[in-house]
Amino acid sequence: MELLSGGEMIAKALEDEGVEYIFGYPGGAVLHIYDALFKTSKVPHVLVRHEQAATHAADGYARATGKPGVVLVTSGPGATNAITGIATAYMDSIPMVVLSGQVATHLIGEDAFQETDMVGISRPIVKHSFMIRRAEDIPATIRKAFHIATTGRPGPVVIDIPKDCTRPDAKFEYHYPETVKLRSYAPAQRGHTGQIRKAAKLLLSAKRPVIYAGGGVILGESSELLTRLARKLNYPVTNTLMGLGAYPATDRQFLGMLGMHGFYEANMAMHHSDVILAVGARFDDRVTNTVSRFCPGAKIIHIDIDPTSISKTVAADIPIVGPVQSVLEDLLDILESLQEKDPKQPDTAALGRWWQQIDEWRAKHGLWTGRRYGESDRIMPQQVIESLYRVTGGDAYVTSDVGQHQMFAAQYYKFDKPRRWINSGGLGTMGFGLPAAMGVKLAFPDMEVACVTGEGSIQMNIQELSTCKQYSTPIKIINLRNNYLGMVKQWQDMQYEGRYAMSTYEDSLPDFMKLVESYGHVGIQVTRLEELDQRMEEAFAMKDRLVFLDIFIDPMEHVYPMHVAPNGAMKDMWLSKNERT
Amino acid sequence: MRRIISILLENEPGALSRVIGLFSQRGYNIETLNVAPTEDVTLSRLTLTTTGDDKTMEQITKQLNKLVDVVKLVDLSEGAHIERDLMLIKVRASGAMRDEIKRTTDIFRGQIVDVGPNTYTIQLTGTGEKLDSFVAAMAEADILEVVRSGVAGISRGEKVLRL
Ligand SMILES: Cc1cc2nc3c(=O)[nH]c(=O)nc-3n(C[C@H](O)[C@H](O)[C@H](O)COP(=O)(O)OP(=O)(O)OC[C@H]3O[C@@H](n4cnc5c(N)ncnc54)[C@H](O)[C@@H]3O)c2cc1C
Ligand SMILES: Cc1ncc(C[n+]2csc(CCOP(=O)(O)OP(=O)(O)O)c2C)c(N)n1
Ligand SMILES: [Mg+2]
Repeated sequence: MELLSGGEMIAKALEDEGVEYIFGYPGGAVLHIYDALFKTSKVPHVLVRHEQAATHAADGYARATGKPGVVLVTSGPGATNAITGIATAYMDSIPMVVLSGQVATHLIGEDAFQETDMVGISRPIVKHSFMIRRAEDIPATIRKAFHIATTGRPGPVVIDIPKDCTRPDAKFEYHYPETVKLRSYAPAQRGHTGQIRKAAKLLLSAKRPVIYAGGGVILGESSELLTRLARKLNYPVTNTLMGLGAYPATDRQFLGMLGMHGFYEANMAMHHSDVILAVGARFDDRVTNTVSRFCPGAKIIHIDIDPTSISKTVAADIPIVGPVQSVLEDLLDILESLQEKDPKQPDTAALGRWWQQIDEWRAKHGLWTGRRYGESDRIMPQQVIESLYRVTGGDAYVTSDVGQHQMFAAQYYKFDKPRRWINSGGLGTMGFGLPAAMGVKLAFPDMEVACVTGEGSIQMNIQELSTCKQYSTPIKIINLRNNYLGMVKQWQDMQYEGRYAMSTYEDSLPDFMKLVESYGHVGIQVTRLEELDQRMEEAFAMKDRLVFLDIFIDPMEHVYPMHVAPNGAMKDMWLSKNERT
Repeated sequence: MRRIISILLENEPGALSRVIGLFSQRGYNIETLNVAPTEDVTLSRLTLTTTGDDKTMEQITKQLNKLVDVVKLVDLSEGAHIERDLMLIKVRASGAMRDEIKRTTDIFRGQIVDVGPNTYTIQLTGTGEKLDSFVAAMAEADILEVVRSGVAGISRGEKVLRL
């Protein structure tokens, strides 16, 4: 057995865990670890420019690959800077392991230099956390952290490491455990067969069914199974913002996203359905609108690995706790045997009428079948996303920030594959897009990676342009430039009679062209619609350069549909500035 | 509705703060909380009483179960159970009140565990309700201090909460 110091054990354990990248930033409390990494580690480390970006980059990496993201930060300010990114990962159930330095054990509690109670501060936003007390516990703790982060409902795990536990002169026998035993942690492996059978029967009896699939389908690697199920039954599918790509968007059975800014046909179908199959979706308030008015005629089957997601906001008629993959497999088997016995189910005539109704909705206000944005001599944001879609052949990884641009990207980029759409849904963290794109590009250097952003959001982590230079991550930044905190402005237009309280920057925006050039990248400004496609192509033709496309769009455009609130149901939507359902 | 939830918790630093944090973070009530080590040094036993409608209670038990440090959990109020709260109450006891207090204490089967020239300290165990009634019965007396352990509970009969 090898004798290693605490710092060396960390380096070795990350290697044994198969970690591909560490995203981090050094400081006093983690210097022993950094020295060990420097001397011994084969795992490349990416030096960000702000610890928040380390967490988002690790998060982007995790969302794109399905593997856990790994972060290393120092104590005190390093740890607190990581908090927003940990919360972002927590809300979207992203597997992540965050190693934070801590002051030496004997100093804990003394308000020592750069001491902060990281375990305490992060407690409500982690799946679990550990504080190392003895250096010899390091390997087993790291193994446990990865196990917890990646199994069941994934999430971030923090390991707080006092400096003395990593000192180079104290050596220990290193052994990396293969298995983890945790008596109090056992995520469900299979759904209850009786429940699945009930679900199958209810599904087959449906006359107006909808499959409502969320991020859990992507996290549970079950897009193909979901697609198989939907095709087998010929049932319509809608995805949440987090679920985009779980079902191919260009498929005829796809209704588009549902929810606050969901497609008209998706929200109408949900509201009028008689059976909803919810898979890995958590009935978020951005989806349901007023809960008491949610889908009044629908019986709900809810598949989720986390019991707390079930009947939290909307009561489920048939709850099924289990991983989406095994539950869908079982469900498919049972459906098959039920259909063998009674081939008349489901009722194809009823289903035909349902599809006819859906097609009427589509033709009337559908986002892709009807033109949902006005003619303008300015560039409309939707046109930018359509152009991005064309130029990248619909096959790019698209990260986004938070705001109107995020919704336009979600609505107009048709994601046919899982893990291609990478955004902060639950926390809605501005500043996510650029570092996340970095993480994605490092994972898939040969793929196109675009970051759709706004001039507000991009400035929240713009310093990462420097990291992109250092590690040559030639992503394409698509800045939907409306000169406003557009999403805030939209609410102010709709609810505050256009009083733009703190949603403009007056004349204070930087010259983004000069800014990105100073970081060693390329800037392209686009102001006219005629040049949009060409500039987009130019940008993507520069394979090994980071290009920042500053695209001036119509600042007055709003995101529609938009749920009517308060007291609206799923079917109550604004469809444009002056039309509503 | 009032519920008594009993938990076997990993005896780890920070475990208790996860349980308590959960309640404040999600806006649930804790009415009483009792926690102490068990015969197994790796486990603490925690009893808490809380109120909420059925939907809230369902979320509370699910959320608690989800905590990695929670090893096992039971809602004692779902079955026959015994609950005990321990109270130490110090009252002004002088003159005629001394006898009066002694009598009331006897009726409630309490014990006077400390006697001062002008004070009595009474120990009483029972359900929370019984302790409440004792405090009410002491209304005439001058209550100086009330200390309660919070409810500790256990199921009746063969049913046990253990690994
Ligand atoms: C500006 C803005 C606007 C938004 N507008 C909308 C909108 O219009 N529509 C919309 O949908 N969202 C919208 N959101 C996002 C919204 O806030 C939520 O993040 C989102 O709706 C949640 O998606 P989800 O239900 O798929 O759940 P997720 O957060 O993706 O959660 C996944 C669920 O799946 C479960 N799960 C995980 N793994 C598995 C597994 N292996 N097996 C089974 N279950 C599993 C988890 O336990 C969890 O319950 C918006 C966000 C922002 C910032
Ligand atoms: C860190 C953070 N602060 C504040 C908000 C609230 N917020 C949501 S969208 C938005 C405006 C975003 O502006 P911009 O990035 O320019 O995008 P646009 O809406 O104009 O497309 C704000 C301030 C947030 N989501 N995140
Ligand atoms: Mg903007």
